[in-house]
Amino acid sequence: MSIRLEHLNYIYSSGTSYEKHALKDINLTILHGEFVGIIGHTGSGKSTLIQHLNGLIRAGSGKLYYNDKNIYEDGYNMKELRNQVGLVFQYPEHQLFEVDVITDVCFGPKNQGLSPEECRERALEALKLVGLKEKYYEVSPFELSGGQKRRAAIAGVLAMRPKVLVLDEPTAGLDPKGRDDILEQIAYLHKQTDMTVILVSHSMEDIARFADRIIVMNHGEVMYNDEPKKVFAHYRELEKVGLAAPQVTYMMHDLRERGFAVDTEATTVEEAADEIMRVLETKR
Amino acid sequence: MNMIQAEKLIFEYEKRDEEGNVVGTSRAIDEVDIDVKEGQFIAVLGHNGSGKSTLAKHINAILVPTEGTVRVDGRDTKKPEELWNVRQSAGMVFQNPDNQIIGTVVEEDVGFGPENLGVPTDEIWQRVEESLKAVGMISYRHHSPNKLSGGQKQRVAIAGVVAMEPKCIVLDEPTAMLDPAGRKEVLRTVQKLREKKNVTVILITHYMEEVIDADKIYVMDHGRVVMEGTPREIFSRVDELKGYRLDVPQVTLLADELRKRGVDIPAGILRKEELVRHLCQLG
Amino acid sequence: MIRDITIGQYYPAKSILHRLDPRVKLVSTLLYLISLFLFRSISGYIVATLFLAGIIRASKVPFRHIVKGLKPIIMLLMITVFFNLFLTRDGEVLFHKWIFTITEGGLRTAVYMAIRLIYLIIGSSLMTFTTTPNELTDGIEKLLYPLNRIHVPVHEVAMMMSIALRFIPILLEETDKIMKAQIARGADLESGNMVQRVKSMIPILVPLFVSAFRRANDLAMAMEARCYRGGEGRTKMKPLCYRTRDRIAYMVVIVYVIGVFLIGKYVPLRVWIF
Repeated sequence: MSIRLEHLNYIYSSGTSYEKHALKDINLTILHGEFVGIIGHTGSGKSTLIQHLNGLIRAGSGKLYYNDKNIYEDGYNMKELRNQVGLVFQYPEHQLFEVDVITDVCFGPKNQGLSPEECRERALEALKLVGLKEKYYEVSPFELSGGQKRRAAIAGVLAMRPKVLVLDEPTAGLDPKGRDDILEQIAYLHKQTDMTVILVSHSMEDIARFADRIIVMNHGEVMYNDEPKKVFAHYRELEKVGLAAPQVTYMMHDLRERGFAVDTEATTVEEAADEIMRVLETKR
Repeated sequence: MNMIQAEKLIFEYEKRDEEGNVVGTSRAIDEVDIDVKEGQFIAVLGHNGSGKSTLAKHINAILVPTEGTVRVDGRDTKKPEELWNVRQSAGMVFQNPDNQIIGTVVEEDVGFGPENLGVPTDEIWQRVEESLKAVGMISYRHHSPNKLSGGQKQRVAIAGVVAMEPKCIVLDEPTAMLDPAGRKEVLRTVQKLREKKNVTVILITHYMEEVIDADKIYVMDHGRVVMEGTPREIFSRVDELKGYRLDVPQVTLLADELRKRGVDIPAGILRKEELVRHLCQLG
Repeated sequence: MIRDITIGQYYPAKSILHRLDPRVKLVSTLLYLISLFLFRSISGYIVATLFLAGIIRASKVPFRHIVKGLKPIIMLLMITVFFNLFLTRDGEVLFHKWIFTITEGGLRTAVYMAIRLIYLIIGSSLMTFTTTPNELTDGIEKLLYPLNRIHVPVHEVAMMMSIALRFIPILLEETDKIMKAQIARGADLESGNMVQRVKSMIPILVPLFVSAFRRANDLAMAMEARCYRGGEGRTKMKPLCYRTRDRIAYMVVIVYVIGVFLIGKYVPLRVWIF
């Protein structure tokens, strides 16, 4: 079970003055059960890339294999692909439309042709997974707070029981606590189910905490594709393309430059604290 | 002189049931006192729903107090005859860059405020040019706002306010919808404005990194001001901040964590250079 | 897909047309549209075509860009042609099979109508390509100002138009995004009968309206914060006043209208049935 992209190209508004080569020769493999982070500044092609994964955008050239089947082959069942690869757009709460939360979450399963009972069952399961309290199930989605709306919207995709969950900046516009809550919920989801999670973000700090692997996009190309520590080791190059490594990475490099013999691999506050303590203790 | 002064400010709004009958009131701001001197850089922190945006709207007289008073440059915002003067002296930049740009060309949008104030045509042009230069967007003056990035749109919105020549600018979460590059861009612009024009700035945000240069920080929760002080004072109370659903820059967190483990460094470290210096002195 | 609609969108360029007073462009467009119905002969069409070609040249808007703007009206064009072609019974029968009959008059009317419609669209879109929506509304406001005396809220209407024009591209993009998001949730927007299709639009229309109202609310607040209080006491950044070039433009257009009328009437040029 995997997603494999081979020599994928995509050009926006081809043949006009606004023409833009949004994706250039992308080669990637995402394995089943992975937690992958995609990072890149606005306009780097990351949103375009993920819309290819469930066939919303068709590549100009190249191949995209889902479970070893090329989705661009004639007769490929796109609807089934969209059932398997769930895509949560940016500000997903802007797509809520039903009279109450649970009916809205049922929209996906209903489109899959499930019976009302099954729909409801799936919706309840999904709402539990995103941690939305039961008292909100029968409430109009427009009455929820920002963070709750977003959970409801994510549940709407989860209710389709996708094998791959793609989230485009799920924390945009939330406050720090709301941001942490959503990310932790996603990490919990990844642990609870055997879903593949692809998380698009521009916060290095967020991705460093959860992803097994980071894909850095720049000008429509894959710039790095490696585990977080190795990607952040290129912090100077990242800076040049308008991205930044987590603050602690800079800290550790600065310390080392000043003769404080720390290992610079730390990407989270805990790791950095442990490492500094280790060095301090050896000095004593 | 006091630029902004709020005394025992209370704001309540009516809750209505489905038929539109009033079923009670809800207090969004609860006895808030605020004091801002001319030329200061003030930050208001708080999670979503803490009342910080409601407070911001009082400074521009979009909302008026239920009880208590707000004075802007000595003018009571409750007096109808002062309304336009208050709005002219306290300009406001909002969160969503798309929903506050009225013009379809950058320079026409910047001219919108002065037009409303009845400024003569020649002076409008002068002001537009000057404001666009101040935010570094002069080369985009003939562009459509739709083709700009989020950070650029916010800079245009700031220019639109600057062109009204306010004494004070209130920025209500201007960076919440931007990417990191856009955020930096907007903050640099605000910083430059402060240096050049000595304008009073009130920045409302939930990003802690943006407020380390502030003269004073107010932290809000449930409509009340719960913390008040310099960045150093505020950031030395890490656990308390977390309790208010806020987070702290990684460097401050790291310093706090090290302190908890018994490393001898001062509380409230704001910048990585500081922490590096203290640690190197230890080793 | 949806954002490819270029009709009605300002095209930034530096041309004489861009610099003209919007009132000139508004009145001239109107005159040009009327002129298209003043003749029924090839000679008239030649003059109208030459005039339009000249204006396109002067506008510095790429021809390809203008043609792209025609795409959305292809359907309308085809319907017009179809009805004129098959329903007009006039003159000799050129073609007959089963229930389809094409007569000389039908073909003539169909071709003329198609050309008129295309010229009409190109003519009016040239105005919007070369005039910013703000100028346009300023122009309308000033032209209609006399109506203020009979209590028509001219300023308000003009302001509403300008805001609508600013938000059209934003809302189109938003529609695109919502559509994609609902398709990702398995929404089927293409199949089914009329009723089902209308029903399948609900998941798109509800979020779109909610968003439009939110934006309207935000915008109203932002405008008030910038001291907007209606048209009274307002000055203009770009006040409208006629210059020499505007007067010349008026004259050119009037000469064209008279010319096309006279040539269309008195210069007989017949090719086959036209």
